[in-house]
Amino acid sequence: MNANVPEIRIPPSQFQPDPEPAKGQTPAKAVTVEASDIRKYLMSLGSASLADETFRWLIVLCALSIFAIVALILWQLIERSQLTWQKFGLGFFYQSFKNPDTGAPMYWDPVNERFGALPFIYGTLVSSFLALLMAVPLAVGLAIFLTEMCPRALRAPLAFMTELLAAIPSIIYGFWALFELVPLMREYVNPRCIQWFGWTGLFNDDNPTGLGYLASGVILAIMILPIISALTREVMSAVPHSQREAVLALGATRWEMIRMGVLRNARIGIVGGIILGLGRALGETMAVTMVIGNTPEIHRSLLSNGSSMSAVIASQFTEAVSNVHLSALIEIGLALFILTIIVNAFAQLLVWAVTRGTPAQVR
Amino acid sequence: MSTDYQLRSRIRAVTDHTVTALAVLATVIVVTPLVAIFIYLLYKGASSLNLAFFTQIPKPPGEPGGGMANAIVGSAIVLAIASVIGVPMGIGGGIFLAEFGRGTKLANAVRFTADVLNGVPSIVMGLAAYALVVIPQHHFSAFSGGVALGIMMIPTVCRTTEEMLLMVPNAVREAALGLGIPNWRSVLAITVKTASPGIITGCMLAFARVAGETAPLLFTALGNAFWSTSLNQPIEALPLQIYVFALSPYDDWHRLAWAGSLVLIVLIVLAVGLVRYVTSRGVLKGVS
Repeated sequence: MNANVPEIRIPPSQFQPDPEPAKGQTPAKAVTVEASDIRKYLMSLGSASLADETFRWLIVLCALSIFAIVALILWQLIERSQLTWQKFGLGFFYQSFKNPDTGAPMYWDPVNERFGALPFIYGTLVSSFLALLMAVPLAVGLAIFLTEMCPRALRAPLAFMTELLAAIPSIIYGFWALFELVPLMREYVNPRCIQWFGWTGLFNDDNPTGLGYLASGVILAIMILPIISALTREVMSAVPHSQREAVLALGATRWEMIRMGVLRNARIGIVGGIILGLGRALGETMAVTMVIGNTPEIHRSLLSNGSSMSAVIASQFTEAVSNVHLSALIEIGLALFILTIIVNAFAQLLVWAVTRGTPAQVR
Repeated sequence: MSTDYQLRSRIRAVTDHTVTALAVLATVIVVTPLVAIFIYLLYKGASSLNLAFFTQIPKPPGEPGGGMANAIVGSAIVLAIASVIGVPMGIGGGIFLAEFGRGTKLANAVRFTADVLNGVPSIVMGLAAYALVVIPQHHFSAFSGGVALGIMMIPTVCRTTEEMLLMVPNAVREAALGLGIPNWRSVLAITVKTASPGIITGCMLAFARVAGETAPLLFTALGNAFWSTSLNQPIEALPLQIYVFALSPYDDWHRLAWAGSLVLIVLIVLAVGLVRYVTSRGVLKGVS
């Protein structure tokens, strides 16, 4: 197509040579993203009319609105959580109180307007960590199977199915977990855990409901699997074929090829995908709210009821009557916002470091 | 020496087979919950899905029958508001990334922020909409729910629009500019139009994603047991209704919730399938 264009004479002052392609960018990508010099020249010829300028500013405004949204959210959350901040300060995140009747430690006492976020932070971290523990090996296994081993005919349907898994709403996962997973945990999984791993002290028989940290960890694992797996797949496909061929040519078996040729090159991106999955797990709300048990306590046993940062907001916000209670919930939301932004930004940088240059996939 | 070599190559072969088996096992374990959820939903939902589900509002507990008509209409209203907010801003952002800002620092920052915003928990979006709309208005409303969902749509729409526009060959843009069309018309009438099937499916994807969101609506749209189409009043939405009914102790309500979940998931499967079909066919059929 381009061969027909150079009929137009371009003044030498307008002409600059193509910039060097970025390192690591393969020439195989047919659609280059740089505006060509011819196009720049043609644009400079066109009248820079008022309409053009207006359109340009409108578009830039749309783009800038994304920054505005983040700033607005941050400002509102800080503003609305002032009350708790003034009352408890940083202690909000670690303090506990003595229960006047029993002397046991308590953290969340809406009646006396004393609030501490520790049990929710603990619940969020424990359930997300459990989810990662279960999801990461499965997701990486699935990605290896799909990119390196799977017969062609199976690849598209399987990829579609994992994509669907990512598209199922959180509420349906929660609903299913409440009616299928929790009874399953109660009848089969929890007794086995107590029987086999009871000696670790992490599994105690004090909660007959089947709800708790472990149940929410399992449902979170199912929910973050597709994200980790999709990103791992993307990163693994970005590894050049020459790497695989080189390792195979040395006489490696398929697993050795995957380990040395693919996984070693893709490891930073895979870690990025895992952290992105962690970001999702930290903020997941509905499914966790439905299965974690919603008690503001800290337990060592993974089978106990607990609560998480998102779950406490979802379950108490509409019932909060005092301003301090609302403000405390908003401060938890603020902490969650900042936490997920840091985690996501870090993950995004890692993924970009690997897939830079390849256009992102539609997820 | 020879036996040592044989042993080692045997170990390598066994390791290779074990890993293959493990990868297959992982795939099976991943697919199992999906199949389980779908079968369970079909089994539970299909039996309670009937005409009344789409035409009646929920009956009080204890009375059989009833439907989720108010929730379906409410969802449609909230999603319409969300689309009015999210789609134009998202497409605008995407046009900026693909047409104006290519390679600039600003574009990189916008892209990065959009990706990060995409990962912000939906419950935080609900809190933000509560603080921005509900507190100044002093009451819950359909509009505030729409704002929460609309903000959530922007990053998805923005990024898919960018990807689709990048697939349009430069020759198309050059041809348009070469005919002397002003830049804004070239972008809207040529580039965006060429990529429009892809952009529309991107919008549908964002739509399907927020259609199932519950957390941002909990304290914005709030829910409403009766008919309401007012933008200024609390309104029911399908996921909200499912949440309330799922946690209720009544079997009739559970059945309605299963039927609602089935409707929701059919909608989402259709959208995801369509997106996949269009993107696999390529945006530019008949162009290059």
